[in-house]
Amino acid sequence: MAALVEKAMSGERQALNRRLSHGGFDRAFRWASLASALIVLLVLAGIIASMIVGGWPAFREAGLFGFVTGSTWDINNDVYGAWPAIAGTLATALIALVIGVPISLGIAIFLTQLAPRWLKGPVASAVELLAAVPSIIYGMWGLFVFAPLVAAYLQTPLNRVVEGIPIVGTVLYSRVPSGTGIMTAGIILAIMIIPFVASITRDMLDQIPSVLRESAYGIGCTTWEVVRHVLVPQAGVSIIGAIMLGLGRALGETMAVTFVVGNANRLTALFDPGSTIASRIANEFNEALGLQLHALIALGCILFLVTFSVLIVARLLIARVKVH
Amino acid sequence: MKYRSIIAALGLAAAAFAAPASAQDVTGAGATFPFPVYAKWAEAYRAQGGARVNYQSIGSGGGIRQIRARTVAFGATDAPLKGEELAKDGLVQFPTVLGGVVPVINIPGVETRQLRLTGELVADIYRGEVKAWNDKRIAELNPGVTLPAANITPVYRSDGSGTTSIFTSYLAEVSPSWKEKLGSGTTVNWPIGQGGKGNEGVAATVKQVANSIGYVEYAYAKQNNIPYALLRNLDGQFVAPDDKTFAAAAANADWSAAPGFGISLTNQAGAEAWPITGATFILIHKEPKDVKAAAEAVRFFEWAYQNGDKMAEDLDYVPLPDAVVEQIRKQALSQIKVK
Repeated sequence: MAALVEKAMSGERQALNRRLSHGGFDRAFRWASLASALIVLLVLAGIIASMIVGGWPAFREAGLFGFVTGSTWDINNDVYGAWPAIAGTLATALIALVIGVPISLGIAIFLTQLAPRWLKGPVASAVELLAAVPSIIYGMWGLFVFAPLVAAYLQTPLNRVVEGIPIVGTVLYSRVPSGTGIMTAGIILAIMIIPFVASITRDMLDQIPSVLRESAYGIGCTTWEVVRHVLVPQAGVSIIGAIMLGLGRALGETMAVTFVVGNANRLTALFDPGSTIASRIANEFNEALGLQLHALIALGCILFLVTFSVLIVARLLIARVKVH
Repeated sequence: MKYRSIIAALGLAAAAFAAPASAQDVTGAGATFPFPVYAKWAEAYRAQGGARVNYQSIGSGGGIRQIRARTVAFGATDAPLKGEELAKDGLVQFPTVLGGVVPVINIPGVETRQLRLTGELVADIYRGEVKAWNDKRIAELNPGVTLPAANITPVYRSDGSGTTSIFTSYLAEVSPSWKEKLGSGTTVNWPIGQGGKGNEGVAATVKQVANSIGYVEYAYAKQNNIPYALLRNLDGQFVAPDDKTFAAAAANADWSAAPGFGISLTNQAGAEAWPITGATFILIHKEPKDVKAAAEAVRFFEWAYQNGDKMAEDLDYVPLPDAVVEQIRKQALSQIKVK
């Protein structure tokens, strides 16, 4: 039976090949798909080129080093420095990772190792639903609901505790307990990257052969020991890849951050208002003219380079795992 | 049969998309501040058989870029262009409606219209020179009002906006040190405080932060019942913002003092005049490439000057005085070569 089917199919395939190969259809198809792939590269190269060209006047005005390290952003005098925005971008992304990664790992380990069957489905779908919430919703929710909570239950009590303490006080004291600031943006970003990091990590943990886990349990390991010494080392590098993808999202997130970051051109303390590259572009692009426009494109260029390198590192790490 | 009906449906869909692209369509782009009234006018104009006017509120900067690139029939901006810029690009500029900016406050125990401020004080608050609400200079103006000994948090618009432009030009006009250090524009280099995105961002931040001060468009403050302060005008009177005080500011202005009606309406003389008043402007090429579209745009604004006052008032904008409209017809609209 099977042989018959195979024979029939191969006969059909031969007929098809005969019909198509004559007109060079194969070659045309190959060229067409190659062209589709090249379009992506062309678009990417076009974006990079136009950003460098667009940002060039700003880089030239202040010098590449001066633009990156300058901390004044004065539109009336056309003096532009990107440092507070760059630092704010890195700070919010770092906070997002510090908060989001442990929670994501917890979700992934719980879902793959510990969850009872009836709980697996609901938790997994809830995590995926988080990924489907548009970022403007996170922004509005962050501004109108979450920021007042941060002000009342985080900043105000914390202020009482840390006021006057050297270093700790400088970092954690908020001059204006308004609820918006670098920290709030970081927390919102953490919520936004959790679904990505958690679901990729879950997939990675799922791929580990169950024989490894079972033999570890078999020699008397506790659940913690299995997770710590068997699962995490096995999935190790690919978890880093997942974190990098989350980092990529946190660096570039615009709308949600713009609403809650406080939009001040400085980075003084964790709870104080600051700005990120993406929020600055979102705020000013509409009204920008002249050198300001070039400076914003130059900012975009820097963000592009940072995100791009993060994604490349992530790709390389994941690729290395697949080879092994 | 099946295919035929699909083709027919596709044809209908294509026709539906193609139909609006008739020659009379007018596209404009620019300032966000007048968007509600332009949209309302466009809707009413269309309903009366006029052309379809499509206005995209992409911001004044975008509006100026688009009209310079001639991709739209008219551009719109809150901050007027200067005479030489108009001449360079061959643009005609004229105002459409007036609006005001109001200082909104959140001081526990102080109600709306209770607090009295001056422009110099507002400038010094935003520069961090006046730090607390019980500052001597504020207390002197407000006998009988209990002001807390709390630090003031100034809140500003983080996005570039015409509202900030009007607000900062007022501060630059009344405070020499503001003019010297910060100047005016769609955003300035704010030394202290924090930024909110859009009117709603500023309003939300002011609402959340006790002892803060912010500034929003009058319509937004009115429609959302946000407490605001009185301001002292050039004549030394403390006035509240409303349509009458905005109109009073425009009544005494000398509109021919600047090319393209680009005068500043802030800090105008007049006992009733609200000091932070501004107009919003339209830009059209003197020699448009798409003559038909420009002609339609001119016809649309002619119609709006004639029939749009009530609609503007309903949305808390203030129509221009008749004399100014007459001046616009004679000096601006007539310059556009649409024949």
